Amino acid sequence: MAYRTSLARRTGSAHAGSRHWKLQRLTAVALVPLGLWFVFAMVALSGEPYEQVRAFFASPFNATMTVLVVIAAFLHARLGIQVIVEDYVHAPALKVTALVLNDLLSFAFATSCIVAVLFAALGS
Amino acid sequence: MVEFSLPPNSRPQPGRTWPAKGEPKRPKRFRIYRYDPESGQNPRIDTYVIDLDDCGPMVLDALIKIKNEIDPSLTFRRSCREGVCGSCSMNIGGENTLACTRAIRDVPGDEVTVYPLPHMPVIKDLVVDLSHFWEQYESIEPWLKTYTPPPDRERLQSPEERAKLDGLWECILCACCSTACPSYWWNSDRYLGPAILLQAYRWIADSRDEATGERLDQLEDPFKLYRCHTIFNCTQTCPKGLNPAKAIAEIKKLIAERTL
Repeated sequence: MAYRTSLARRTGSAHAGSRHWKLQRLTAVALVPLGLWFVFAMVALSGEPYEQVRAFFASPFNATMTVLVVIAAFLHARLGIQVIVEDYVHAPALKVTALVLNDLLSFAFATSCIVAVLFAALGS
Repeated sequence: MVEFSLPPNSRPQPGRTWPAKGEPKRPKRFRIYRYDPESGQNPRIDTYVIDLDDCGPMVLDALIKIKNEIDPSLTFRRSCREGVCGSCSMNIGGENTLACTRAIRDVPGDEVTVYPLPHMPVIKDLVVDLSHFWEQYESIEPWLKTYTPPPDRERLQSPEERAKLDGLWECILCACCSTACPSYWWNSDRYLGPAILLQAYRWIADSRDEATGERLDQLEDPFKLYRCHTIFNCTQTCPKGLNPAKAIAEIKKLIAERTL
């Protein structure tokens, strides 16, 4: 019977994690009004002609709200996926690859969404 | 990846069925996990039949009766038989609890299934290796730490300060909660688990302890503390009716408040 010893202390505390915890809760709270607004706006816009949709995003309020939705949603998703990877993926190389891809892709997708909103708002 | 299924050499096989002694008036079937490391064989599930009219009310009474009268090789930990030592923690009827405080009639279903605590290395039968669990307990330094000079008498507490320890001091470290926690299953090498975190909070909440800041420093870690995803299996299973999930939440709140 092999007993496991000296694992509990290992490299000690990272003195980190509270910022992640707070940011995940902050983005969750922000997404309640933002998400509701976004769903109602998209339902109202569905089936509307192209000019109507462009006009919607031309409003500074609507463009700002949409960018806020994108920032909060991708930040929240990035934090959540990070936790899922840390929980379940234990092979070191796969874990680091997944965490790096998560960071890069969520940043890239969020940026492309914001650029799309800006193009729609300001004209191409 | 995390191991979602048992490795082939850990899968339980059908075991022996031990016949009842005499003519039981109220027979009850017990299906018990057996593992002998020296046999080189897979674990097996043995079935025993006992007469409830000739047995004490608790699952531990039945286990002791089986060991005394049917099969002396059945191995399990027990000591106080009244729910204060935490030795006889095991998985009974699918729930982690103490064999000494779980009544046989309260176990759902026709048969009583008895397994060791989940996702732990099994030493023999119902005895699991808790070495790492105890080492994690030692790592939170579970003793009173002070920096002011020792007073001439006891360090006093007001009744209100003492009341903050209620719901914490009762923990007997039976490990039912930690071994019921999926997050502890996947990451017990780094996550401290509900039992140890409740114990950590027991010292943080103690008005006489002067190392609160250092204790919070040591706990603020993505794995030691923040693997808790508020699943609440710990609180649901605790045989002492405690709330480890709340203790963990209090630690997280204190760490968050330090930056406000």
